Amino acid sequence: MIINHPLLGPRDASEFTYLGDASLIDRPDGGDIDAFHAYLHLRDNPAGEHRELWYHEYGDRSWLVVTRNTLTHEITQVELARDVARAKGRSR
Amino acid sequence: MKYSAAQILWQGLTGNKGWKPAWRDPAPKPSYRVVIIGGGGHGLSTAYYLSNEFGITDVAVLEKGWLGSGNIGRNTTIIRSNYLLEGNQPFYELSMKLWEGLEQSFNYNAMVSQRGVLNLCHSDGQRDAYARRGNAMILSGADAELLDAAGVRALCPFLEFENARFPIKGGLLQRRGGTARHDAVAWGYARGADRRGVDIIQNCEVTGFDIENGTVKGVQTSRGAIKADIVVCCAAGSSSRVLSLAGLRLPIESHVLQAFVSEGLKPTIPGVITFGAGHFYISQSDKGGLVFGGDIDGYNSYAQRGNLPVVEDVCEGAMAVMPMIGRARVLRNWGGVMDMSMDGSPFIDRTPVDNLIFNGGWCYGGFKATPASGFCTAHLVATGNPHPTATAYRLDRFRRGAPIDEKGAGAQPNLH
Repeated sequence: MIINHPLLGPRDASEFTYLGDASLIDRPDGGDIDAFHAYLHLRDNPAGEHRELWYHEYGDRSWLVVTRNTLTHEITQVELARDVARAKGRSR
Repeated sequence: MKYSAAQILWQGLTGNKGWKPAWRDPAPKPSYRVVIIGGGGHGLSTAYYLSNEFGITDVAVLEKGWLGSGNIGRNTTIIRSNYLLEGNQPFYELSMKLWEGLEQSFNYNAMVSQRGVLNLCHSDGQRDAYARRGNAMILSGADAELLDAAGVRALCPFLEFENARFPIKGGLLQRRGGTARHDAVAWGYARGADRRGVDIIQNCEVTGFDIENGTVKGVQTSRGAIKADIVVCCAAGSSSRVLSLAGLRLPIESHVLQAFVSEGLKPTIPGVITFGAGHFYISQSDKGGLVFGGDIDGYNSYAQRGNLPVVEDVCEGAMAVMPMIGRARVLRNWGGVMDMSMDGSPFIDRTPVDNLIFNGGWCYGGFKATPASGFCTAHLVATGNPHPTATAYRLDRFRRGAPIDEKGAGAQPNLH
């Protein structure tokens, strides 16, 4: 797989490590145990389009949100996770 | 028809005209006592033990494709019971004991071969960890032997003992471990269940659940609605997809695991060998092909095929531990889709939907578990209580803070 890095251009997926579903950006605030359990352990795990977090560990160490099809491995969109989080109001 | 030497002789003398298909191809009935979703190893073994051990024969197995078309036909055929944790090891040892009597039990040749499983260690710390693991295995009634380097050399003189970075210091050997013919396991269980009247219905995809007041009453399928008192989901790899139809979210990600087979070679490798410094395991099939594999690819996938970095990594592992196979050519490689759970351990449990039972989350250890998985799931269906060896495989264990994490990697499925 080739991930088209927004800043660096096309990079081989083996330069990256994979974290999981991009909903992991939306960490709930502490206190609600059930919400935190769901955040930490439960996944939609869809067959088809999946938004997911990749870390460019052997590159510029940026976090990316990659939209990829889990049935075909086709990548349709790559964004900086920073931008995605800011758009959600999670970061300054 | 019972298979036996006398039967072969009789059929040979009568022109081999009496052989029948090993199982029927029935149309689905409108209702069953138990409907099992998934005609793979675990679904078929559940049906087998329900009908043969627990006396429940009004059972249907619904398979989306053809019988055994999923991971039961895509694995590396290894059987072993060399786990560490209390929640796991007694279960896998039950499985090992069932493997040992399997062929006599279901009257089918599954080519179970106890040729030994050897885990290599490459440091003093790893040897200590294997000593501990071996003791845990022996406590559960399994067998384990800790070998020093000379002991490994006597068994496998062809390994790379003097590798500068990963010298072989010894190994943990389970002589009762080995391999089995994976397709024959599915066929044997299917035939054994069918002989007791279980309907195995192929090309029948479940498209929905009928749930009333929180209780499952049946399933919708591509071949019509089927009512059931109890529905069991044995669709590992696609558990999330199937149970999302019942409104459940699972602690599972689906990942692709690749496996490889070389061209046929003369007998070279005595048993199953695993590399302790990377992730690489290898055995030799009775046809002569080297069967080997390594890590999962590491990203969510339902594609049944992986990518090249893992191919390279597996071959590097092979060359590090067993350079003699460097000239062997890879004949095929393929991928299978795994339920990777949050702690690397499986589930055999009831779900929040009454009468809907879930068997899944097998990560890449499902094949060896096939007999015990079916037995324990059938036990849960028939008695309403978990089997004593499977009490830890609860679906709510993360919520309760009771994961069974052999690797200690935390809630990160691609690290298990």
